[in-house]
Amino acid sequence: MEKTAVGSLSQLTVGVGAGDMATADMVLNIGPQHPATHGVLRIALTLDGERIVRAQPIIGYMHRGAEKLFEARDYRQILVLANRHDWLSAFSNELGVAMAVERMLGLEVPARAIWARTLLAELNRVLNHLMFLGAYPLEMGAITPIFYAFTEREVLQAVMEEISGGRVHYMFNRIGGLKEDLPAGWLDRVDDAIAAVRRRLPDFDRLIRGNEIFQARTRGVGVLAAETVLAYGASGPVARASGVDFDLRRDEPYLAYAELDVPVVTRSDGDCYARFEVLLDQVAASLGLAGTCAQRLRDLPPGPINVRLPKIVKAPEGETYTWTENPLGINGYYLVSRGERTPWRLKLRTASFSNIQVLGELLPGCLVPDMVAILGSMFFVVGDIDK
Amino acid sequence: MNIPPLAAGSAEPAPAHPLPFLPLPTAGAQGVGALTRAVPAPIKFVLNWGRRYSLWVFNFGLACCAIEFIATSMSRHDFIRLGVIPFAPGPRQADLMVVSGTVTDKMAPAVRRLYEQMPEPKYVISFGACSNCGGPYWDSYCVTKGVDQIVPVDVYVPGCPPRPEALLHGILTLQQKIARESLGDRYAAAGPRPIRSVPAAALQRPLLRADPVGEEPDDG
Repeated sequence: MEKTAVGSLSQLTVGVGAGDMATADMVLNIGPQHPATHGVLRIALTLDGERIVRAQPIIGYMHRGAEKLFEARDYRQILVLANRHDWLSAFSNELGVAMAVERMLGLEVPARAIWARTLLAELNRVLNHLMFLGAYPLEMGAITPIFYAFTEREVLQAVMEEISGGRVHYMFNRIGGLKEDLPAGWLDRVDDAIAAVRRRLPDFDRLIRGNEIFQARTRGVGVLAAETVLAYGASGPVARASGVDFDLRRDEPYLAYAELDVPVVTRSDGDCYARFEVLLDQVAASLGLAGTCAQRLRDLPPGPINVRLPKIVKAPEGETYTWTENPLGINGYYLVSRGERTPWRLKLRTASFSNIQVLGELLPGCLVPDMVAILGSMFFVVGDIDK
Repeated sequence: MNIPPLAAGSAEPAPAHPLPFLPLPTAGAQGVGALTRAVPAPIKFVLNWGRRYSLWVFNFGLACCAIEFIATSMSRHDFIRLGVIPFAPGPRQADLMVVSGTVTDKMAPAVRRLYEQMPEPKYVISFGACSNCGGPYWDSYCVTKGVDQIVPVDVYVPGCPPRPEALLHGILTLQQKIARESLGDRYAAAGPRPIRSVPAAALQRPLLRADPVGEEPDDG
C-alpha cells in the first residue's frame, strides 16, 4: 500500500498541456521533521488538489526499542526507560510499571505513598495538558498562549523538581512506594503552585476558547465519531471529546481514585474544538483533585512511604496486566515474568499509538490546512507511539 | 534512491566501514573563509562578534530534550537574550542546529540531510545524553549512539534531559568558541574533521538485507 502511494508519484505530470487530461494523485510527504507534527511523525498524504484523499502515518522514527531493553534491565532499572517513552507524562509511566511489579509481588503499598502518587500523577497530568494547551494554538498560528503555558509549567516543575530532583523525568517511583518522604512544607508549595495555575486558567479561556479565529479553524473540523473511537481503541481526551464517557480513574479506580470524586470531562461534538475543550477543562478538574490529595496527605498520620525490599527484586512466575489513565489516554503494561530478576516480556499499550491510527480515517476528505489542526488536536507524543 | 542491497552471502561483501575517516563533504566550504584569512584582526573580531550573537537556531527536536529546549526558549530562561533566535523557518536559514533527543537509525539519514542543507558556517550543539552517546538507550538495537557519528558536533550538553541552564551554558560555550575561531583556519585545513564520515547512502542501508517488497519509500 505504501509502495503504491509513493509509486504514483512518478505518474504525476506537471504543466499546462502536459500529458493527458487525467489528473494524477499527488503524494505529499509531511515529516519526519516538520514543524506541524511536533515530533518526528511522518505522514504520507495523497492529495487531490487541496483535499486529502488518503493519509498514512508512517511511524518508527522514534523507535528506541524500549520493550526489548526492559528485558535486559532489572525491575528497578526499568523505571528509567519506562518514564521516557511518553516524555510529557513521565510520572504516570513509571507509576504503571511500578504498579504492575507490585501486583506481581503482592506488595501492599503504604497509604502515604498511594496518596502522594495520586497527587503527583495529577500534577503530571496538568503539566502534560499545559504543554498541549500552549502548543496547539501555536500550530494554529497563535504564538502567545505557549508563553503562558510554559510560565505555569515552570511553576509546577519547580514543585516536582523539589521533591524528585527532575524537571522532566522524575524517577520518583520505586517498587513499593516512592523514593523519599515529602519534604517539610512541600505541600504548602504545592498548594501555591496549584493556586498559581488556577489563576492563569481564565486567561487561557479568554485567549483561546473564545477566540474567533481559533474557533473557525477548529469547530466542525476533524469530527471523530464515537464508533470510530471504539473501533480503533482511542482513549483519553480524544475519546472523551467524542462522547465516549470512559475514564479508568472513575471506572476502574487504582491508587486513591476510588476515594476521590473524579470529574470526567466529556464533550459530544468530537471535533478539534471539543478535544481542546476537554483538555482545558481537564486541567481545572485535575487541579481540584491534586488539591484534595494534598489536603488528605496533610491529614494522614506519619508513616512509611515505601516498602523495604531485598537488594534483588524478583517477580514471581506469572503474568499481569495493569492499565492506568495516563494524561493522553489508557496506558497498559503486560508483564510476563519467569521468576528472574528481569521481566520475560513487558509489553506497552500506549495511548498515542492507538490514537494516531485514527488519522487514517480522520484526514481523508479534509483540506491540507485542516490537517495541522487535526494533527495537533490528537495530542500525541511521538515517543509514546514508537516506544 | 537506489539502495545497494547488502545481501547475506553476496559475491562482493560490502566493506565493514566504508571510508572510515574522510573530511565531511561540505559543499563550497573551501570558498568560505578564504577572504577572512586575508582580513586584518579587527575585522575578523567584528565578523566573529556578529556571528556569535545572531545564531539562528534550528531545533532538531526529537525526544524529551526538545521539551527542555522549548522551555529554554520561553520567557523564564529566554535564550533570545543571548542572541539565539529560534525563528529559523528551516535548516536552510539556520546557523546552529540543536539536536535534542534520541537519534534513531531510522532518523539518522534525515538528520544528516538537514545538516547538509544548512549554509556554512554552521554549528551543532548536541543536547542531552541520547544525542551525545545514546544515553539510557546505549544498548538499544535501533538507536544511533551519538549524533557525532553522522554530523560534527561543536558543543555537547550533558544531562538526561539537561536543565535549561545547561543549554544556556552550552550556548555560551559555543559563542566563546566562535569568538576565538577563524573561518580560514576552520576550512583551510580541510583535513579530517573528527567524525567518522559515512555516505548518506550507507546510512539508509537496511540492517540485514534489502527487502524487495516492503521497501520504505525514501525521504521525500
